[in-house]
Amino acid sequence: MTWYAGLSFEEKERIEKALQSVKDPEIDSISVLELGMVERAELCNGNLTLFLLPTFMGCPALDIIKSTILKAFTNIEGVKETNVLFIHHPPWTSDRISEKGKGKLKEFGIAPPMQKNDQTGEWQAACPYCDSFYTTLDNLFGPTACRSILYCKSCKNPFEAMKPVSTWM
Amino acid sequence: MTELTEPLFKKAVVELLYQLADDDFILAYRGSEWLGLAPHIEEDVAFSSINQDTMGHAAMYYGLLEQLGEGDMDTLSHARGISERKNAVLLELPNGSGHYLKEPRYDWAFTVVRHFYYSHAKKVKLESLKHSSYEPLAHAAVKISMELYYHLMHWTVWFNQLMNAGGEAKRKMLEAISRVEQDFLDVCSLGPLSAEMASLKLIDGDDALMQAFHENMKPVFDALFIPYKGEFQQHSGKGRYGEHTQELHQALATLTEVYRTDPAAAW
Ligand SMILES: [Zn+2]
Repeated sequence: MTWYAGLSFEEKERIEKALQSVKDPEIDSISVLELGMVERAELCNGNLTLFLLPTFMGCPALDIIKSTILKAFTNIEGVKETNVLFIHHPPWTSDRISEKGKGKLKEFGIAPPMQKNDQTGEWQAACPYCDSFYTTLDNLFGPTACRSILYCKSCKNPFEAMKPVSTWM
Repeated sequence: MTELTEPLFKKAVVELLYQLADDDFILAYRGSEWLGLAPHIEEDVAFSSINQDTMGHAAMYYGLLEQLGEGDMDTLSHARGISERKNAVLLELPNGSGHYLKEPRYDWAFTVVRHFYYSHAKKVKLESLKHSSYEPLAHAAVKISMELYYHLMHWTVWFNQLMNAGGEAKRKMLEAISRVEQDFLDVCSLGPLSAEMASLKLIDGDDALMQAFHENMKPVFDALFIPYKGEFQQHSGKGRYGEHTQELHQALATLTEVYRTDPAAAW
């Protein structure tokens, strides 16, 4: 199911535009929509309820995201009041990041979530600078809960990658 | 799903949530006392991240308690007295001697072993909670497991490396293992309502959880060529019954200091 199920085309367009303006406070090139955080939008008599999935539970950016959303929706046609609710089901997983979102992460110098190599069982990420897979994981835990620190042996740059999270874990 | 309107069901859910919340809350606090003191900078980054996640897990459980009408989550985490706390005693014990502001002589081996054992116990509980008859808790378990996965990986690396290092490292690790096992029964205990929790299918019973824990731990020890005894006690008290040490009193006094200056502040 898509987040805009039940909305008319015009409503969807307007809400989508406002949501696109709400960026991750820690990676300001990617929107909450591209990160896959928006699960559902319900509009009823001008009351908008947005159901969001937190990426990581201890993420300190959630309050900022909420207030940015409320600001972004103060002047949207057809929306009188906005409510933001964080829910945990379904859980956010890193495969919810859209293709466009992955491109924006890369522009910011962050590789998309590492992939598990089926043969070796090792995590792999391509360097966001030179696209080489000749990289090593330096620290699973990066500067924020959702990122890891890696090192590219080809171009000798450190870089970050989104930490993969999946329900099998 | 059994109804929350059934008093015993609600009582057991609340009891279980307090244990889960208080465990993560106090251990995240003890972990955060290492900030700036961890063995190296990479570890400082990793450990901080783990503590932040763990505090997030506590917040999630306190949030579920709030939804059940237990009061607001900041009050639940900060304003409850020591005898109301349900965390296991092992998790409230200090990181070592000294104080984090003055001469902290913290024990890294104890920290690694405590976190390694705790993460394994937490994993066993979460696997069971994924099938909990209380659906919000089952959903929380799925979410938290995805983060615990990395914590467990992290502590496994430390555990194995220090055990394989030999010399002083191994000696300190073996001491820490005995120390942690002395109080680990309390971590595995589900307290006075454990039978009800199991019969209401909130979580598996103590025995089943303990067996699953041993099944996960034994291969780790086998690979290190160290006998796994798996005999646990509750030497310092029964946290699930509200028994705690002075250490918890101290910890709560410190960690609620800012909260108490203005309980109504928004964070
Ligand atoms: Zn590169």
